[in-house]
Order: sequence, then structure tokens, then C-alpha cells
Amino acid sequence: MSDQVQEKTHAHPSVRIYLSIAAILTAVTVVEVGIFYIPAIRGTAFLAPILLLLSAGKFALVVMFYMHLKPDSKLFTALFTAPLLLAAAVILALMTLLGAWVL
Amino acid sequence: MSTAAATVHYTSTGQDTRKIAFWTFIGSECLLFGSLIATYLSYEGKSVVGPTPEEILNIPLTSVSTFVLLMSSLAMVLALAAVSTGQTRYTRVWLATTAGLGAVFLGFQVWEFTSFVHEGLKISTNLFGSTFYVLTGCHGLHVAVGVIWLSTLLILSFRGKLGPEKAMNVEIAGLYWHFVDVVWIVIFTVVYLIQRGPAA
Repeated sequence: MSDQVQEKTHAHPSVRIYLSIAAILTAVTVVEVGIFYIPAIRGTAFLAPILLLLSAGKFALVVMFYMHLKPDSKLFTALFTAPLLLAAAVILALMTLLGAWVL
Repeated sequence: MSTAAATVHYTSTGQDTRKIAFWTFIGSECLLFGSLIATYLSYEGKSVVGPTPEEILNIPLTSVSTFVLLMSSLAMVLALAAVSTGQTRYTRVWLATTAGLGAVFLGFQVWEFTSFVHEGLKISTNLFGSTFYVLTGCHGLHVAVGVIWLSTLLILSFRGKLGPEKAMNVEIAGLYWHFVDVVWIVIFTVVYLIQRGPAA
């Protein structure tokens, strides 16, 4: 293989950032479980959107920093995001088809 | 060309072929879990007999197991950082921690499934049982594969075959492990925390 071809490497986050992300993930999980037990929110239509938003935040943090999508090649982002969007579309389509929109 | 460089497989994109292949695999896994989550959500609240999610799901227990899995992801990135910088001892410590926490998560799942069966929820009991066991069981199977994979890396490390030149092997195992983690982040929210009652 030619020495001219080199992997386009990108610096991974530091250990300090990894620890910070872990602290945020833990805090958000505590908030999620806390919200679940708040009667004023639990019985309302606000519960699902709030929890989905918090969950999406945790998902994004792990994917961007622990899976290194943020510093890595955009090719990997495309390889991951396209099927992820398709999967989301499948979920929405199937729920619509089977009349499961009762939040 | 150095010996270490000879083990790397680049493409015309400048990226390692194994990493491209693995991200493509993860993309296909998105569709697998997307289908299982879609099935669970589509049939949620449509069981004609109990037990229902409200009656049986143990949120405090699952919150702890969720925390365990999140911390295993932290241990995984610390293992990658250690192997990349040639810190053999810490590589072993963090790989063992990741695999150990994964095993603890599986222990929680086995305990949960066992208690559910004792409470009358089997895979054939109702729609909730069928979709719940298939979704969470498939995830658990992925965790089990991850624990075996990490244990293999740990053995390689003890045999002196996991130096900095093999950091990509740990990175790819890490991608798998973090993916299993993000899938659980979604499952924990949509299955355990957002419990929708019977459809009107």
C-alpha cells in the first residue's frame, strides 16, 4: 500500500471530556426518572415530549463524543444518520398504520 | 512501510475499511432495533389481558441497570484512551470494568425476566409480553455478545497482543458497545418511562 494514503485521523476527546459527558448522562438520567415520579407531569401530555427530548440529548452525547462522530469523518455520520432516519420513519409509519398515536 | 502500518487497511476515502464496514453494520442494526421498537409501540396498550406495563415494570431497578450501562460506556472510552497511549495496565482495568458492568446489566435483566415470569408475564401471555421480551431480549443478546467480545480483547491484552498498534480493534469494539448503550437509552425511555395506557 502506498505511503501517500494515510488515514484522516481526528483527535479523540480528552479523558476530562469523557468524564464530563458521563456526569451529564448521569444527571439527565436522574432528571428523567425524577420527572417520571412527579404526579403533576406524569399524567399529562407533556411527559412524553420532555422524556423524548432528554433521551435524544443523551443519545446525541454518546454518539458524538463516545462514538467520536463529532471529530471523525462525515462519511461515518452519513453511514449512521441515514439508516437512523429511516428507522425513525419506519417507527412513525407503523404507529400511524396501526393507529397507535395515543400519547 | 512499518509492521504496524501493514495491519491498517485504508480506502480511497482515507478511512480504515474496518471502521467503514462497522459503521455500515451499525446502520443496519438501527433498522433492526427500529423495527422492534416500532412493533412494541404499535401494539402498546392493546393487550386484552394483563399484566400490563404499569403493573409490572420496575422503574427503580431499571434505573440502576441503566446507570450501570452508561458507566460501562465511560469505562469503554477510558479503555480506548489507555490502549491508544500504550498504558497496558489501565487498558486491562478498563476493559475488565466494561465487561464486568455489562455482565451486571445482564444479571439485572435475568432477574427482571425471572420475576416477570413468576408474576405471570410470559412471552405468550399477551401482546405486551411478546413485544417486550423480543425487544429487550434482543438487546440483552447484543450486550452478551459485547461482553464476550470485550473478554476476548482482555485475553489478547494479557497475551501481549493488544498494543497501541491494535487500538483500532478496541475502537471498533467500543463502537459496538456504545451503540448497545444508545439503544438502551431509547428503550429505557419509550418502554419504561413513557407508559401509555390501553388505547381508547
